[in-house]
Amino acid sequence: MTTDLAHPPIIHDGLNSLGFATAPEQTRVVVAMSGGVDSSVVAGLLKEDGYDVVGITLQLYDHGEVVRSKGACCAGADILDARRAAATLGITHYVLDYESRFKASVMDDFADSYLKGETPVPCITCNQTVKFHDLLATARELGAACLATGHYVRRALDDTGKAMLQRGVDASKDQSYFLFATTPDQLDYLRFPLGGLSKDETRDHARRMGLSLADKPDSQDICFVPNGRYGDIVRRLRPGAIEAGDIVDLDGNVLGQHDGVIDFTIGQRRGLGIGGRKDADDGEGRLYVVAIRPEARQVVVGQKSDLACHQVALRDTNWLAADVPPLGRAVLARLRNTAVAEPAEITEWDTTTGTAKLRLNVPQYGIAAGQAAAIYDAEDADWLLGGGWISGAPTRGGG
Amino acid sequence: MEHIYLDYNATAPLRPEAKAAMLAVMGPPGNPSSVHQQGQAARAIVETAREHVAKLTDADPASVIFTSGGTEANWQALHGYPDRTIITTPVEHMAVLSAAPDALLVDVDADGLIDCDHLEHLLKTYKDMALVSVMMANNETGVIQPLDQVIELAHAYGAIVHSDAVQSCGKGARNGFIGFEASGVDLLTVSAHKMGGATGIGALLVRDGVKIPPLIAGGGQESRRRGGTENLTGIASFGAAATAIIDNMTEISGHFDQLATWHKWLEDEITNAAPDAVIFGQGVKRLANTSAIAMPGRRAETQVMQFDLAGIAVSAGAACSSGKVANSHVLEAMKAGDLAQQTIRVSSGWNSKQSDFERFVEIWLQVYQKQV
Repeated sequence: MTTDLAHPPIIHDGLNSLGFATAPEQTRVVVAMSGGVDSSVVAGLLKEDGYDVVGITLQLYDHGEVVRSKGACCAGADILDARRAAATLGITHYVLDYESRFKASVMDDFADSYLKGETPVPCITCNQTVKFHDLLATARELGAACLATGHYVRRALDDTGKAMLQRGVDASKDQSYFLFATTPDQLDYLRFPLGGLSKDETRDHARRMGLSLADKPDSQDICFVPNGRYGDIVRRLRPGAIEAGDIVDLDGNVLGQHDGVIDFTIGQRRGLGIGGRKDADDGEGRLYVVAIRPEARQVVVGQKSDLACHQVALRDTNWLAADVPPLGRAVLARLRNTAVAEPAEITEWDTTTGTAKLRLNVPQYGIAAGQAAAIYDAEDADWLLGGGWISGAPTRGGG
Repeated sequence: MEHIYLDYNATAPLRPEAKAAMLAVMGPPGNPSSVHQQGQAARAIVETAREHVAKLTDADPASVIFTSGGTEANWQALHGYPDRTIITTPVEHMAVLSAAPDALLVDVDADGLIDCDHLEHLLKTYKDMALVSVMMANNETGVIQPLDQVIELAHAYGAIVHSDAVQSCGKGARNGFIGFEASGVDLLTVSAHKMGGATGIGALLVRDGVKIPPLIAGGGQESRRRGGTENLTGIASFGAAATAIIDNMTEISGHFDQLATWHKWLEDEITNAAPDAVIFGQGVKRLANTSAIAMPGRRAETQVMQFDLAGIAVSAGAACSSGKVANSHVLEAMKAGDLAQQTIRVSSGWNSKQSDFERFVEIWLQVYQKQV
C-alpha cells in the first residue's frame, strides 16, 4: 500500500509500513473513525496490511439536540456509518462519549471566539484537544503503537530523523492547515496513511472494500453546525450574551443595524443588509466588513482597500521543525484553509509567550482574528513548519 | 483468543433447552388464536409455557401476560394507573424511570437501598392514590431491596405495588427472589433472556383482581391485556428456560453458592491488591452473580475496551444504542462521585467457570498496574 512514509525513504529492514519493528499482527493501531470515507479506508488499508486495528468513533455532541429533532438518535448517522464500516471491515470498534470534553474544549471556545469578534476554526481546536490529546491518551491506554487518522497530510522525517508534516499529495484535499498545532510528541504517535492518495483513489479503495459509504459526500460544514447556521449554535451556547448594535462606516456614520456581532466575519460582504456605495473601490461598489468591535457592539464596513493587511500577529504558536522560525527566513503563510499560501517573513517571535509576527510580502485581504496561520517552507512548500492563531491583522479599517 | 463472558446481567447465553424448544416450534404455521389444528397446537405451546413461567414465579398461570420483554412489562405496569402518583427509586432501570419521568423518587443510601421512612412519608401524602415501583435486585450492583417491607408498607397505605424482578427471576430465593403469590406484590416484571431464554420475550404478572389496561391493544390476545400475535418461539424459549431452572433448582442453587464464592474471591483479590478499589454494596445483601468494581482514576469506558481487547466481556453503566457508555445514574444516585464514571460491572451466570474469574482478576490487575 501507499503510505505517508514514502518521502524521504525511511523504511529500513525490519520495520513495518508504519515504522515499527514489530510484525503488523503484533502491532495494534487505533484508527479515529469519523464515519466518513477517509477514515474508514484508513482502517481498511491497515486491516489489509495485517495490523491489529481498533476503530474508535467519538460521540462529540448530542446529535438529536443539535438538529433539534425530537426523534433523532443521540448518535447521529455518522456514528452508525462508522459502526457499519467497522463491521464490513471486520474490525473491533468502540464509541466513546466525548460530549462533555468536546463542549468544554471546542464548543465553548467556538462561542467565546465569535463573541470576541473573531472567526474561529473549531476543527483545529478539536484536533489539538479532543483528538490528539484525549483520544491519543486513550489509544495509548489500549496498548496501541500509534493513532491513525484519515487526514490528507504526510508524515515524513527530516534530515535529522525528526517527524515532520508535509502537505497531502492531493492538493485539493490537503489538510495540513488544520494540523499546524500538532506537537512533535503527538506527531511521533500519529500516522496518516492517506497522505499519498488522492480522494478518487480513496473512494476506489472504499468501493473495493465493499464499504457502503464509498460515495458518501465529503462533509462541508463544521460537524456540530450541520446547516452552516453557526449563529444559532452560538446563541444557544451563550443565551443572552448577544446584543444588537449598529453597522457603521469608518467615519462612524450609522448605516444600519445588526442582531449581534457574532453574525459577521472580517471580509464579509453579503448579508450586511445595507446598500453598496457608488464610489467603493472594488469596481463594483461593494462594502465589506472591515472591523468588528464587540465592546461597542459595532460592525464596521468599508471598502476593499480598507482590508489590506501587511502584517499578522500570532499567538499560541507551534513549531514542528527544530530550527524554525529563523527571523527573516522566507516562508509561505496560509491564512485561511481555502487560501493560497503567500510569501511572508517571520519578523518577530518569542518562545516564552508563544507569540510571533509575520510580514506579508503582498498585502492580503479579509484576514480574520481567530483563524490560523499555517506556515510552510518557502524552498519546498510541501513542508509544514508550524504556525499560530491569528490574534491581530491590522488594516486601515481597523482589523 | 478465548472469549470470556461476564456480562450476564446484560443478557445470558441461551440455555440449550431453550434453543431446542425454539427450534422445535419453528417452521409449522400456527397462530395460537386460530381455530384449526395448527392453531390449537400453537395455543398449547403458549399455555404450557405460561404454566412453566407461572410455576417458576409462584404465580397462577392466569396472572401471566406475555410481553416483548421487561421494558414493555414495566411500561404497561406504570402506564396502567394514570390516576395514581408513581413512587419509585432513583436506582431503577431506565425502563422504569423512562416510563414514569414525573415519578416521586424515594431516597436511597450509599448502597442504593431504599429509605423506608422516606417511602412512608410519601405514602402518607398519597394515601390510596399511589403506585409504588421498587426493583427486586439492582442490575448494576446486584443489591437486593427489602421488598417484603416495601410491599407491607405500601399496602398499608392503599398503594398498588409493582416490582421489576428482571435480575432476580430464575435466581431463586437465595438471591432474594420473592414468589409472586407469597409476596403479595400486585405487579411483577420478568424477562426470559436474563435467565437463558430468548431476547424479545418477557411477562408482566398481574394479581387476580387487579385490573390493568393493555399498553398495546389489538386482537384481544393475552385476555385482552396485550394485543399482537404471540411470539411463539420466544414464549417456547421462556417456558423451556423456566422448566430447566425448576427441574434443576437444587443444582442451580448450588451453582449460585459457587458463583458467590468466586465473586467473593474476585473482590478480595482486587481489594487486597488495590486498596483504593471499591466494591459497591459489599456489606449488604446482593445477588450472588454481580460485582460492581470501581478502579479509581480510570474511566469505565476505557476499562471496558481494555477488557474486551483482552477477550473478557464486561460492561459499564447502561449502553446507548450507539454503543456510547453513559454515566451510571444508579451510582450517581448512590452518591458515588467520580467513581460513577470509573466502575465496571462483572456479572456471571449458569455457564460461568472458575477460570473466568481467575482470568478476569489477572487482566484487572494488569489494567490497574499499567501506568499510562
